[in-house]
Amino acid sequence: MNHLITIMRKEVFHIWRDPRTLALILLLPAMLLILLGYGISGERNKIPLVIADLSKTDASRAYTQKFLVSDDFAWAYSALSEQELLDLLDRNEAEAAILIPPDFGESLDAGRTAKVQFYLNGSSDPTDMQTIQLKLNAIHQMAVQDLLTDKLSRSPLASSLSMPIESFSRVLYNPNSDQRWFMIPGLIPIILQVQALLLTALAIVREREQGTMEQLIVTPVKPWELMLGKIIPYLVVGVFNLFVLLILGYFLFGVGVTGSFWMLVALSVVFIIGSLGLGVLISNLAQSQMQAIYLSVFVILIPAIILSGLMFPRDNMPLLTYIYSMLLPVTHYLEIVRGIMVRGIGAESLWWTAIFPLIVISIGYFVASVLAFKKRI
Amino acid sequence: MDFAIEAKDVVKQFRGAEAPALRNFSLAIPPGTLCGLVGPDGAGKTTALRILATVSNSFTGSATVAGYDVRRDPESVRSRIGYMPQTFSLYPDLTVWENLFFFAELNGVPKERRPERMKTMLEFTGLTPFYERRAGDLSGGMKKKLALACALVHDPRVLILDEPSTGVDPVSRRELWRILADVVRRGVTVLISTPYMDEAERCHRIGMLYQGSVLLIGTPQELIGRMPSRFLEVKASPRKAMRQIVIQTPGILSWRPVGDRLRVETAENHGELERIRNHLTDQFREQGMTVEILEEVKPMMEDLFVHTVGAQERRS
Repeated sequence: MNHLITIMRKEVFHIWRDPRTLALILLLPAMLLILLGYGISGERNKIPLVIADLSKTDASRAYTQKFLVSDDFAWAYSALSEQELLDLLDRNEAEAAILIPPDFGESLDAGRTAKVQFYLNGSSDPTDMQTIQLKLNAIHQMAVQDLLTDKLSRSPLASSLSMPIESFSRVLYNPNSDQRWFMIPGLIPIILQVQALLLTALAIVREREQGTMEQLIVTPVKPWELMLGKIIPYLVVGVFNLFVLLILGYFLFGVGVTGSFWMLVALSVVFIIGSLGLGVLISNLAQSQMQAIYLSVFVILIPAIILSGLMFPRDNMPLLTYIYSMLLPVTHYLEIVRGIMVRGIGAESLWWTAIFPLIVISIGYFVASVLAFKKRI
Repeated sequence: MDFAIEAKDVVKQFRGAEAPALRNFSLAIPPGTLCGLVGPDGAGKTTALRILATVSNSFTGSATVAGYDVRRDPESVRSRIGYMPQTFSLYPDLTVWENLFFFAELNGVPKERRPERMKTMLEFTGLTPFYERRAGDLSGGMKKKLALACALVHDPRVLILDEPSTGVDPVSRRELWRILADVVRRGVTVLISTPYMDEAERCHRIGMLYQGSVLLIGTPQELIGRMPSRFLEVKASPRKAMRQIVIQTPGILSWRPVGDRLRVETAENHGELERIRNHLTDQFREQGMTVEILEEVKPMMEDLFVHTVGAQERRS
C-alpha cells in the first residue's frame, strides 16, 4: 500500500513538474472541444447553385425562383450552356446545378411534360450529396404541385378541391436539429479516449525506454502496485477533463446534461478505467514510445472515431466491423453519453444496449491489464 | 562456506542469437568481497549482472544472491541487493532528493530512519549541495554517484554495479572508488563490471569473462602471477624504426604501444627475455638509434587481459 502511494506521488511529480506536459494534459482537450465545437456549423444551407436557363420564359424563371428563395440554396452563377455549367461544377464553384432546356416554356404551354436536369457533385460526402438531392427534389415537388393546383383551380372542379393528406413532423430530443447536440456529446468520449489511452501507455513505456524500469524491477514493488500507482493519477486527470468538457459544453455551446448528471459521471469513470486498462495492455506490447503511439492510434483511436458511431451509424456495418466496434469501450460510452445528455434517458433504457456492455468490457480490460502487467524490461 | 553470490552453470540464450550470451557461467563470491568482472565487449558481463540482479529470469542453471535463489525467490533477493544498471536509470525530472526518497521508500527504508539515511547517502556521495537539482541536470559523474546513492540507500548486503565508472572523469572515478572502498569496509559484498584494468586491480577478486564463461578467477596477484609471460618496456627513437625492429624480432609473443613506449611480451622460460633484450640492444645499436628505456617491467592487469584475450582469439 505504501508502495502504491510512493508510485502515485512520483507520477504526479512527472505530470506536475513539466509545465508543458501539464498544459497539454489540462488545456488541449478543452481547446479541441472548442475548436471542433465551433467548427461544426450545423446544417448545410446556402448551397451554391448554378442555373442554366436556356428557355428564358416566365415559366422557367418562376420555376428557378422557387429554388433561390429557399434558404437551402444560393444563386452562384447563371450559365449560358450545359458546357459552362459543367465547367463550374468541375471547378467546385457550385455544389449543384439545374439545366432548363430551351423547349421548357413551350412544352408547358402546350400541355406536354417539360423536362429539367439536375446535376450533383458526386465526389463530395455521399450523405451530404443525398441531402442536397433531397432538397432539390422537395423544392421541385413544391413547384410542380403549385403548377398543378394552378391548373386545377382554373378547371371546373376547383371548388371541391383540397389536399388529400397533409403531414406534420415533430423532432424529439433536439427539436431545432442543432448539430451541436449531436457533435458535442460525441466529441467528449473521443477526447477522453485519446487522453486516457495515450497517457497511460506512454507513462509505462517511457520507464522502459529511459531505463528506469530496470531499476524498478530490482525494488520489491509489486506489479499491481506499480501499475495502479501509475494509472490512478491519470484517472484523476480523466475525471477532471470530463468536468471541464461538460462545463464548456454547457456554457459555450448550450449543450447540457438532460438526464442524470451523476449517472453520467459514474459511467464515465467506468469508461476511463477501461481505457486506462487498454493503455496498460498496449504498453505491454510496445517496446518504445513510438510503438505505443502507433498501436494506440491504429488499433484503437482511428477505429474509435470511425466505428464508434460518432460519424457513421453502426447498424449497417459488416459483421466483423460490428464486432470490432462492440469491443471498443468508446462505442458503448458514446451511446450512453448521447442517451443521457441529449435524450435524458436513464439506466432502464440503456442498461442492456450500452451500460452493461460498457461495464463488462471495461472491467475486462482492466483486470486483463492487471494480470498481464509484468515487471520486465 | 556460504557465498554472497553464487552462480552455477548459467546458460543464457537470447532469442535469435547464434551463440549463447552466457555459457556455463559459474562464479562464487564470499561475503564482504569486492569482485570485479572484466572481459572484452560482448563477453556477457551485463547479461550476467542482470541475471544476478533478478532483472532477467530466463536462463538455465542456478544462481543465488544473498542466500536466495534469483528465480524462485526474486523478491527476497531484491530487498537485499542494490543494483545500478549501466545506463542512467533515475528520473531526470525529479530532483536528487526526490529520486533518493523514491527509492528509499520503495526499498522499504523505515520512515523514521529515512531522513537520516538519506542525509548520510548524500554526504557520503558528496551530493548534499545539489539535493534540489533535477537529476537530468547533473553532470555524468554526479549522475553515477546519485545512482550509487539510490542503490545503497536501503543498506543492501550485496551491491551489483554495471560499469559504474564508464564515461566519468578521472577525479570522479577516484571518488567513486573511495565510496566503494567504504562500502566494502562495512561488510557489503560488491560485484562490479569494469572496462578499466587499473580498476580491476583494486578488486579483491577478478573474474575474467570471455564469450560467456569465466576463464580465470582469483586475486589480481594470483592471476598475474600465473601468467606464463614476462614483459619488456622499450623506448627508442626514431619510433618508426623501433617498431620495425620489434616486429621483425623472432620470439616476441605480442607487443602493444603504451604511451610513448612499446610493451613487449616474451615467453616465461629461462633466458628468453634476456635473449630478446640483447637482440634488441644489438639491433638498435646497429641502426645508430638512441635507446632510452629497455628493461623488464612487472606485469599488470592489462597485460593479463591482452594475453588472455589474445590467446583465446588465436585459438578460435
